[in-house]
Amino acid sequence: MHKEANEVLLEIKGLFKKYDDMTVLDDVNLSINKGEVVVILGPSGCGKSTLLRCLNGLEKIQGGDIRYRNKSLVDKDVNWQEIRQHIGMVFQNYELFSHMTVIENILLGPVKVQKRDKNEVMEQANQLLDRVGLLDRKDSYPRQLSGGQKQRIAIVRALCMNPEIMLFDEVTASLDPEMVREVLDVILGLAKQGMTMLIVTHELSFARAVADKIVFIDKGKICEISDPDEFFTHPKTERAQHFLNKFQY
Amino acid sequence: MQNLGINVFLKGRNMIRLFEGLMVTARIALIAIIIGSLLGIVLGVVWTSKSKWIRSVCRIYLEMFRIIPILVWLFIMYFGVTTVLNIDLSGEFVSIIVFTLWGAAEMGDIVRGALESLPKHQIESGKAIGLSFWGLYRYILIPQAVRRMLPGAINLATRMVKTTSLVVLIGVIDVIKVGQQIIETSRIEVPTASFWVYGFLFILYFVICYPLSVLSRRLENKWNG
Ligand SMILES: Nc1ncnc2c1ncn2[C@@H]1O[C@H](COP(=O)(O)OP(=O)(O)OP(=O)(O)O)[C@@H](O)[C@H]1O
Ligand SMILES: [Mg+2]
Repeated sequence: MHKEANEVLLEIKGLFKKYDDMTVLDDVNLSINKGEVVVILGPSGCGKSTLLRCLNGLEKIQGGDIRYRNKSLVDKDVNWQEIRQHIGMVFQNYELFSHMTVIENILLGPVKVQKRDKNEVMEQANQLLDRVGLLDRKDSYPRQLSGGQKQRIAIVRALCMNPEIMLFDEVTASLDPEMVREVLDVILGLAKQGMTMLIVTHELSFARAVADKIVFIDKGKICEISDPDEFFTHPKTERAQHFLNKFQY
Repeated sequence: MQNLGINVFLKGRNMIRLFEGLMVTARIALIAIIIGSLLGIVLGVVWTSKSKWIRSVCRIYLEMFRIIPILVWLFIMYFGVTTVLNIDLSGEFVSIIVFTLWGAAEMGDIVRGALESLPKHQIESGKAIGLSFWGLYRYILIPQAVRRMLPGAINLATRMVKTTSLVVLIGVIDVIKVGQQIIETSRIEVPTASFWVYGFLFILYFVICYPLSVLSRRLENKWNG
């Protein structure tokens, strides 16, 4: 959607990741420009979640380099608490903090971690909640919300930290079908505003609509990086062809 | 005479004696609950260790109190241990020891359960908004663990209060023993004394334990609901 100045925000070079003896990511190279929306597709177990988790320091990597604004994230002295404020992440299982209300969930990071002024954050939170249509639920507890509502709150919680990049890992995968739409719409809205995003999803039509670039991974390797229209009409590799066929009945 | 049965409480020092008995019961329960809980928290944290050996020792310790009745523990400690070691311990002291060890075992299990039941995702979400190690404990893990263990801990406290009624069997003059003595001495003058005294004890235990059990149910509904 947005093809802005080619300022590289995140660069992954020769990334290598193993669990015990099993190689999960093998020589992954990818760069993400500011304002770019990159969608990662691939069969289950190919390493999509692992890739996102590495970018957010939730997994240690065994080789290669990850650079954020040209600063390496594999140095020993990387301050992940600091980096994670710039690289937000939303997970599949909409984990809101169960003992806090919606607004407390949202304020925790900005106020306690970023030490921002509470009133200022509150104002931003209200705007974001309004945008996802949940302003009236700000004093609810997570257990009082539907899956789709929780996932939208989780997105707001991440956004309120003012991240520069957002990582989404199958955020609609555990939702009932009728709630998928409301969450995808929020992400589409972010894309329109020029948010830089790395999205893992199994919703192919959404992927096609939102992506500037499709990355197809199989067995821990990037097989193909394509323009979305090209990927869905003329996939370059046989594996991608095979993957797309599985979604057609 | 019938309508004067309640006067049994006003005769002589009966009221004061009941109160003294109550203090003995309360002392045993309170000390055991407080020290037992503190030891239990330490035990519970140690219990979450990855070492199989440490986990087994903790488990065996708990099972010893689950399998062997508390009454038997009281007898072992009061008659057995004091004879073997040739020391003289008061019944009240032995009671406090046994109840504290038991409370620690059960509390340890409750704390272990609470810590282990916290979902891993909550930790990762906390990290994802930039919380530090201590921030995670302070804002996420401790508040959630306390919520999970409080209903169980209150329940344990009421069980301990009720079980103190066994200490009379190793010679401790607790509130129940005092009650029995009052019934004995007033049997001729006040034939209905047992009704009044046991009724009083019933209400006494109820007044202590019921609010606790209501509180634990409320918290459970509020937090798990
Ligand atoms: N903590 C772990 N320990 C060991 N192996 C793991 C661990 N996490 C993931 N794996 C393995 O790594 C591989 C990649 O997992 P990953 O979760 O990244 O796949 P995915 O592409 O996200 O799959 P899905 O579409 O099902 O979410 C899988 O084979 C998985 O079994
Ligand atoms: Mg995954």
